Amino acid sequence: MSATLTTQTPAPGGLAPSAWTDGLARLVFRILLVAAYAIIFAPMVTVAIVSVFDQEIVSVPPPGLTLKWYTNAWLQRDFARGFVTSLQIALLASAIGVPVGTAAALAIARGRFPGREVLNTFLLAPLAVPAIVAGSALYLYFVAAENLFDQDIKGTLGGLVLANVLLTIPWTVRLVGASLAGLDRSAEEAASNLGAPPATVFRRITLPMMRPGIVAASLFSFVASFENLELNLLLVGPGRTTLPVAMLSYLEFRMDPTLAAVATVQIAAIGAMMLITDRFVKLSRVV
Amino acid sequence: MGTLKLDGLNKRYGASTAVERVDLDVAEGEFVSLLGPSGCGKTTTLRMVAGFIEPSAGRVLIAGRDVTTAPPYARNTGMVFQSYALFPHMSVGQNVGFGLEMRKVGRAERDTRVREALRLVQLEHLAERLPRELSGGQQQRVALARALVINPAVFLLDEPLSNLDAKLRAEVRLEIRELQQRLGLTTLFVTHDQDEALAMSDRLVVLENGRVQQVGSAEDLYERPANAFVAGFVGRCNLLAGTLEGQGRFRLDKGALVPCAPDAIAGTLLALRPERVAITPAEGAGDLVGTVRSVTYLGAQTEYHVDLDGTGILAVRPTPPAHDPLRRLASGDRAALHWEPAAARLLADDPLDRSSP
Ligand SMILES: Nc1ncnc2c1ncn2[C@@H]1O[C@H](COP(=O)(O)OP(=O)(O)OP(=O)(O)O)[C@@H](O)[C@H]1O
Ligand SMILES: [Mg+2]
Repeated sequence: MSATLTTQTPAPGGLAPSAWTDGLARLVFRILLVAAYAIIFAPMVTVAIVSVFDQEIVSVPPPGLTLKWYTNAWLQRDFARGFVTSLQIALLASAIGVPVGTAAALAIARGRFPGREVLNTFLLAPLAVPAIVAGSALYLYFVAAENLFDQDIKGTLGGLVLANVLLTIPWTVRLVGASLAGLDRSAEEAASNLGAPPATVFRRITLPMMRPGIVAASLFSFVASFENLELNLLLVGPGRTTLPVAMLSYLEFRMDPTLAAVATVQIAAIGAMMLITDRFVKLSRVV
Repeated sequence: MGTLKLDGLNKRYGASTAVERVDLDVAEGEFVSLLGPSGCGKTTTLRMVAGFIEPSAGRVLIAGRDVTTAPPYARNTGMVFQSYALFPHMSVGQNVGFGLEMRKVGRAERDTRVREALRLVQLEHLAERLPRELSGGQQQRVALARALVINPAVFLLDEPLSNLDAKLRAEVRLEIRELQQRLGLTTLFVTHDQDEALAMSDRLVVLENGRVQQVGSAEDLYERPANAFVAGFVGRCNLLAGTLEGQGRFRLDKGALVPCAPDAIAGTLLALRPERVAITPAEGAGDLVGTVRSVTYLGAQTEYHVDLDGTGILAVRPTPPAHDPLRRLASGDRAALHWEPAAARLLADDPLDRSSP
């Protein structure tokens, strides 16, 4: 016993190599961390910077700085209208998709019926299909349905919301499902043990415990729908265009920093929403 | 408060049986522990009492009422979970008050009773905190208060101490026992820690493979184990195979003839507690002389492994004073073993042969 103790006592010089490698490891870690953040933020920062360059074809250094692209973006009424349309679609699609997806996630996690796995795969499938393919398929369906019911579907708010529900349901099933999987059932059992019938257990215990998952699902559903381009590309109609589609159309004719200005506003809007959400539910604890 | 009766309780999962024909009567105010190794069916039994698992057969009676098919929320049991299971989004006070709220107790009375229950576990000052702002031991006490405040007919605890460190565990176990006695709670306590069970219980139920091996007081189990499993599980025990050769004489399989309880009439296994075996450095006079295989000094006690004609016997003695010749006993020495014949009980079954059907 005492022999092993003596050999373990480090000589003063023996400490140096391990401290040195420790320091090196920490340095490498910091560099990687900074690099990771740089890679994540670089595109956003670039967009924001370019949006104030005072020239049409971007070059560095810019001849001067200006806010005229923001004015231009505002004057192009398509962007403002697209923003409102996108907002409407994202809100409505989330308002429908989050409750439906939450119910489905509950059924998948808690229910005892055959085909639960199949249902889960089925509800997540839209995320696996390239959105442009899903969009084309929906276009064909909508055309067929229009002929069948003699009713406009493409280019209507209803049609667009319907399509975007295909984004919000899978995101909700995935996020709420994940939060349900990590939920400690014993709290629900404790409530039941204390005299709460099933409906009360759900309302007083299960639902509040699911809240972070539902908030995350709402946020991601909204963002996924709000910034989606490909799915809506073929489904928008005259006078009803989403913001990303409006940006793409603008790009076909001109390539000046107006788009950077619009994108900056878009990023700021989503960022602000995340910050507001974070005040109610700590996002770092949710996702 | 009420009595608890388990009547032929049984739980099967497909082909395997988790709990088999458990009969048990817990008197009003009695503290009974379910003790057994991992997987023996303790939790399953407790959860059948609480109503979370439906028995395959048998009945559960609480305060004389058959609740076998009643849902958990209609049974009036107070359960403390291993993970505490506090409601994370409610304050300590709301957690404790939840059961009263479900019982439609008015706000004023509820507040008084919550405060009283928290005082009982010395957490009055933390009523406004959220569970995650408490230490493990404090969360544990909130869970206790929450289960106690509703005056349950039976109090159920599933390894409530296993997440606490050793020192706190010893403290809280005293607190629980004290509360239980003060309030006269009918209690069913699950643990796999025998010290805990021996220290707290009026009676213990030893389970193995879903079957009750013995029911009795701590002394019953230790002094008069019903079978080899109980003898080996509760405390340490020399279990020596052999045959009874005459009144008070037992022939070990390896040859030695040793004394056993004179009233033993049958059995193939001699059960002998190590602290009942006296050991003296061999002077030739002793009738049972073996070779010391190892001596382990453990401070207050010393353990001696002695080989008696091929049979290993463990003796545990208080460490002798420095001048005692026993102190110089070392492996390889010869030593004599003695025990009171009455301390060597005969048991019927052989632990090596206990493959479950
Ligand atoms: N849902 C289930 N399906 C199949 N077998 C089960 C199920 N629940 C428990 N068992 C089995 O029943 C037996 C008893 O389990 P139980 O949880 O009651 O053990 P325990 O005594 O509480 O053990 P521990 O000390 O490890 O908590 C085990 O063999 C276990 O594998
Ligand atoms: Mg258990």
